[in-house]
Amino acid sequence: MLYSHTVRGVKHTFADLRTLLAKASPLRSGDQLAGIAASGAEGRAIAQMALAELPLSVFTNEVVVPYETDAVTRLIVDSHDQQAFAPIAGLTVGEFRDWLLSDEATGERLSALAGGLMPEMAAAVSKLMRVQDLIYVARKISVVSRFRTTVGLPGRLSTRLQPNHPTDDPLGIAASILDGLLLGSGDAVVGINPVSDSVDSVTKLLRLIDHVRVRYDIPTQSCVLAHVTTQMESMQQGAPLDLLFQSIAGTEAANASFGISLELLDEAHAMTRELKRGGLDGKTGGENVFYFETGQGSALSANAHFGVDQQTLEARAYAVARRYQPMLVNTVVGFIGPEYLYDGKQILRAGLEDHFCGKLLGLPMGCDICYTNHAEADQDDMDSLLTMLGTAGINYIMGVPGADDIMLNYQSTSFHDALYLRRLLGLRPAPEFEAWLSSDGFHQLQRIGQPAALLPQGDVR
Amino acid sequence: MSHEIDKPQTLPTTARISLGRTGAAIPTREQLRFQLDHALARDAVHTLLDISALLHGLQQRDLAGFVLRSAVEGEASQKSRHHYLRRPDLGRILHPDFAHALRDYAESLQRKPDAVFILADGLSALAVERHGLPLLDALLPTLDAGDWNLAPVCIVSQGRVAIGDEIGHLLGAKLVVLMIGERPGLSSPDSLGVYITWNPRPGRTDAERNCISNIRQEGLSYVEAAQRIAFYMNEARRLETTGIALKEASALVHAPIPE
Repeated sequence: MLYSHTVRGVKHTFADLRTLLAKASPLRSGDQLAGIAASGAEGRAIAQMALAELPLSVFTNEVVVPYETDAVTRLIVDSHDQQAFAPIAGLTVGEFRDWLLSDEATGERLSALAGGLMPEMAAAVSKLMRVQDLIYVARKISVVSRFRTTVGLPGRLSTRLQPNHPTDDPLGIAASILDGLLLGSGDAVVGINPVSDSVDSVTKLLRLIDHVRVRYDIPTQSCVLAHVTTQMESMQQGAPLDLLFQSIAGTEAANASFGISLELLDEAHAMTRELKRGGLDGKTGGENVFYFETGQGSALSANAHFGVDQQTLEARAYAVARRYQPMLVNTVVGFIGPEYLYDGKQILRAGLEDHFCGKLLGLPMGCDICYTNHAEADQDDMDSLLTMLGTAGINYIMGVPGADDIMLNYQSTSFHDALYLRRLLGLRPAPEFEAWLSSDGFHQLQRIGQPAALLPQGDVR
Repeated sequence: MSHEIDKPQTLPTTARISLGRTGAAIPTREQLRFQLDHALARDAVHTLLDISALLHGLQQRDLAGFVLRSAVEGEASQKSRHHYLRRPDLGRILHPDFAHALRDYAESLQRKPDAVFILADGLSALAVERHGLPLLDALLPTLDAGDWNLAPVCIVSQGRVAIGDEIGHLLGAKLVVLMIGERPGLSSPDSLGVYITWNPRPGRTDAERNCISNIRQEGLSYVEAAQRIAFYMNEARRLETTGIALKEASALVHAPIPE
């Protein structure tokens, strides 16, 4: 459908909904690379005006990727909760922004709205919002998830301990785990990106984390971020897998490039729930078992964007995530490189948009606040985003030794960064983990000195 | 949380552990070390390839060189480097003038080359300048000289991995061995990667290549890397394929891939 808007006597038209969204999207190198960005600042501002006048109900009638050929679109349309949508059904996108910022939009009302929102609605309204709007509205929403720890409670900040090593060396990984735990990191998950995607290697790393967890009675959960099919094989071999990981994107074709489909995720999810690990009583099994990673630009990178802007596609990935009531969702915001998010300014805004959209759609959002060395960004940019996401109420961030991931070759946030944010904003770790930090298990860990002591027997070099 | 890991003589990882802290923050010494490493990585990304030094090095080895440029606008400059970083698609294809020159050269050849070595800056000119020629020194003696008809070594500025497909295709080469600067890590500004592609032509995917990564002082040595490259080159010619297909076929019927 054609959309038009008249500004100062000049009529501007947009061929369809996805074009309008793309032109209204704040400047992104990825949208420029795809050739779908507004041609200039004026064009963008006018598109935002046109978008503000669009009734939200339009989104229930027009999709950005065809229903017939895209499983993510079908998921979005078929699971749309009309009843939850009803309170805002009469608003335009611009009025929706006003409502979100109003005192009427309490945390409770926002949480009740989540199922009634399509990802494209969340993306659309975010395009009209400034950084302070994205922070302020997200801050009102709390999304809490549980496995062995409770993550996302107000006044809390958790971390993923990320002890990666360029050769998956158990001792090297153990050293980073020990360093992180001693600095209070790891209450969201201890999650390793493996170099090798082999089943044996994944199983071995899961055993390593589990051994440390059980021995020192640490309330946390394990994850090895291999492909979902590798983790399934690992589970079949009896690996102690707590959280199931997968990267996801906002179109069926992009997900296919990751080697996944909704059916596969369903199967893997069911298999993980069957293990009945976690849960606060340790018997019934945690309900939130999925750990998803996303990031703006992934669909374009897979040549599967269909002319939709990267921020809208990112929000669509959240529709995939919420199908599984995940434990953790992580937007790996600056990892993808400058051809998608050029500099610190673009990374900063993208991180805040993703957190806002995710929370609005009911997800337990974390952020890998990060950059690569070919992006125009540095530690100052990361500190800015870190501090802003802290005030926005982010559930968790990464904990990487010295912020330098020596396996993936990019910079994230350090154990120290999390301590800074907790001190600055008076945030505390997840309650179960906080209790552990003054327990015998933690004191024992403080005394062991050498990381080799963390390895399961027979694995000491 | 006051205790730290005892600092052994050598830590079991190059990860930045046992940094200590002041309040909650990283102490000054470590903070400055980080800033220096970031500066080195940034410089590696933005430094322009020293083409004349590479040509000179080839000359000393009695190897012919052919200088090429990608489609990124203008002569290599800091400005064009920023353009290059934003437009990976242009870094994957040759500038029309250079494509033309290469085509003319190929037509003058009596016999099509078996293989072409390409040195491309990728995301770290430093990596190619430092490791490109020494790696060739280690590799060439391991190849049976009479057995391989080699094209001149192509030096490409502002080039990405896939540019090798066009170069190999224009030359009519059966195999491309592209040596390229990898994205610098904080502690690895000069890491070299090698991509080997059978029957190169535009549109090849990464699944159709074999890759050897992390070639640098602290990583994979020239000798080890050369062994692997020679293995892939010989296997590629025997099986007439590269990528996943080569890995699977080699693992099934032949010597295991050297790890």
